[in-house]
Amino acid sequence: MPRRVSLYSLTFSLPLLIWQLLFFVFPLVFLVALSFWTVKNFAMRPDFDGVNWVTMYGRAVFWQAYGTTFALAASAAILTSVLAFPCSYAIAFKLSESARRWAIFLMVIPFFTSYLVRVYSWQIFLSDRGIINVVLGWVGLGPFGMLNTVGATMVGYMTLAFPLVVLLQLFSLVFIDRSLIEAAHNMRCGRLRTVFEVVIPSARVGLTIAALFCFILTFGDFVSPVYLGGGDPTTLSILITDTTKSGQQWPRAAVIALTMIATLLVVAFVTVRFAYKGRSK
Amino acid sequence: MMERPTRPFAVTRRSLLVGGAAALATPMLSRRAFAAPTELTMLAWYGHAEPDMVAEFEAENNVKFVPKYYTGGDNMLGLISQSPPGTFDVILSDAEYVQQLNAAGYIEALDPADYAFDDFFPEFQKFPGHWDGDTLYSVITRFGFLGVAYNTDALTEAEASSYEVFWNEKLKGKVGHFDWHLPNLGQISQLLGNAIPYDIDEAAWEAVKEKTLSLRPQVGGFFDYGGTFSSLNDGQMLAFAGIGDWITGTLEKNGAKVRSIIPEQGGLQWTESFSIGKGSQKADLAKKWIQYVTSAKGQAKSANMAAYPALIPNQKGWEVLNAENPDEAKRQGMVIGQSNVMDMIRAGRIQYRQLPIQQDLETWNDFWSEYKGA
Repeated sequence: MPRRVSLYSLTFSLPLLIWQLLFFVFPLVFLVALSFWTVKNFAMRPDFDGVNWVTMYGRAVFWQAYGTTFALAASAAILTSVLAFPCSYAIAFKLSESARRWAIFLMVIPFFTSYLVRVYSWQIFLSDRGIINVVLGWVGLGPFGMLNTVGATMVGYMTLAFPLVVLLQLFSLVFIDRSLIEAAHNMRCGRLRTVFEVVIPSARVGLTIAALFCFILTFGDFVSPVYLGGGDPTTLSILITDTTKSGQQWPRAAVIALTMIATLLVVAFVTVRFAYKGRSK
Repeated sequence: MMERPTRPFAVTRRSLLVGGAAALATPMLSRRAFAAPTELTMLAWYGHAEPDMVAEFEAENNVKFVPKYYTGGDNMLGLISQSPPGTFDVILSDAEYVQQLNAAGYIEALDPADYAFDDFFPEFQKFPGHWDGDTLYSVITRFGFLGVAYNTDALTEAEASSYEVFWNEKLKGKVGHFDWHLPNLGQISQLLGNAIPYDIDEAAWEAVKEKTLSLRPQVGGFFDYGGTFSSLNDGQMLAFAGIGDWITGTLEKNGAKVRSIIPEQGGLQWTESFSIGKGSQKADLAKKWIQYVTSAKGQAKSANMAAYPALIPNQKGWEVLNAENPDEAKRQGMVIGQSNVMDMIRAGRIQYRQLPIQQDLETWNDFWSEYKGA
């Protein structure tokens, strides 16, 4: 018997479909078309020429930026996940119900402020004459060059992703069946071993998705590499601005953007497969 | 006879109608008394439509500027090409982009007789690129020099007086680049002795690339407009290539220990000029603005613009500036009767920043990306 489409289900599904079409599918299709346009004397012309793909994929600087961006985002995902886990673990298992609510509230607060402003404020801490170096100077250390380094970029990435990673990890940790942990303890499993053999495997989906979100956010980030990393090394987001800044080369920028989207899709697919691997439906 | 009870705030139908009519008429009365200002759209670098520049003109002409700020000539061209004709009444452009604007048909031809060119220094009366034959398309309003920007605590003026200072051992990791290939590569080209730094053959271009790459270990970062200000201001970068007094002047006036100097190899000149957007419905008002800002009074304001200072081409503007703000006139080297910035131009120490002549712009840009990734 054919399924009838009810007005009720349409009411709820259509806005999502329209949203996806308007803000994802159409721009994506346009981006693909744009990547085949050509530029003459600063003016873009509709065309069907693969020159932009050939040019960008033939440039060493593109692959260099690609490798750098991938490595930075992967490092940020691992580092942020590792640093966020003790925090989310403590909130999930060590805090009272009301304290947990406060902790979640505190994790949401950073999203009230502009990310750009938060990153700029890090300059005050990290610069050669900044707060950290002044404090270190009191005990005879430094100054250390922290701003305009990869480390500073990583600080910016964590500013962007850390609260979100904690929240995502937390939501998977609080739903772990506590009887599993009690059973492990009853079987004389130590605390640390319980974390690695019971808690982390039980929360694998949430932990992996949290890391994935961190990767997605940092892979396309422009703010931290520019304002904390000093634009050095070049990431793909910086390369996009470089490409558009001179000669109106938006079609080439589209090639970079599409490569980034394809990368994120592959990474997301592989990560989700890993997260749900071996789980029954 | 029964007396009607009196209510102090009773609303009758008549009073409601009278009150309502009065309320509805009020905006009309105020419109008659204060006609709504005419909006004039301006496409410009940040600062040109801020109150310190436009408030007086707005009040005198009942105009309200609606600015759209850009960060670079390509950004400007992109904004125009993506907007319908007539979107921008007034367009500010760097000299090298005026020809692009004209070629694309984005700006109107102007009547030279409308503007005070006789008051300008002769060097600016028929500025290259602003004219197509005898047809004027843009009126120069300000200019500046690019040289070596440096922290005065870290370097002496003598040390900073050569582009070679960027390779100084004590500046390792402390040389910043304004992230745009044209001024940076132009300066390296000047360092290598190219008389016209943007008109170089392949051999000279290869030499420029090689010399530029040798600077890479010294570089601490590539900065945009805001990043350039902050990294110089907090001493994070001690020397900067690709900029001049338009950045350091603003910082210096606010107490930062930074300066710009034109090195012995010479400096580059940037130029800003105003055009009227093609299809503008308010071309007369746009013309009036250009007349104002290139007049002596407008020029003195422009020299001291809050966002970034600049040199001005109007000699009478120099007079007004010297009378109103002698310190700034002296700081920028615009004192009449003394050694001043015009001497540097006349001595041939300054070359125009322009688009590369023998190579594609793309070639320069691609190399810049490679340099950044090196």
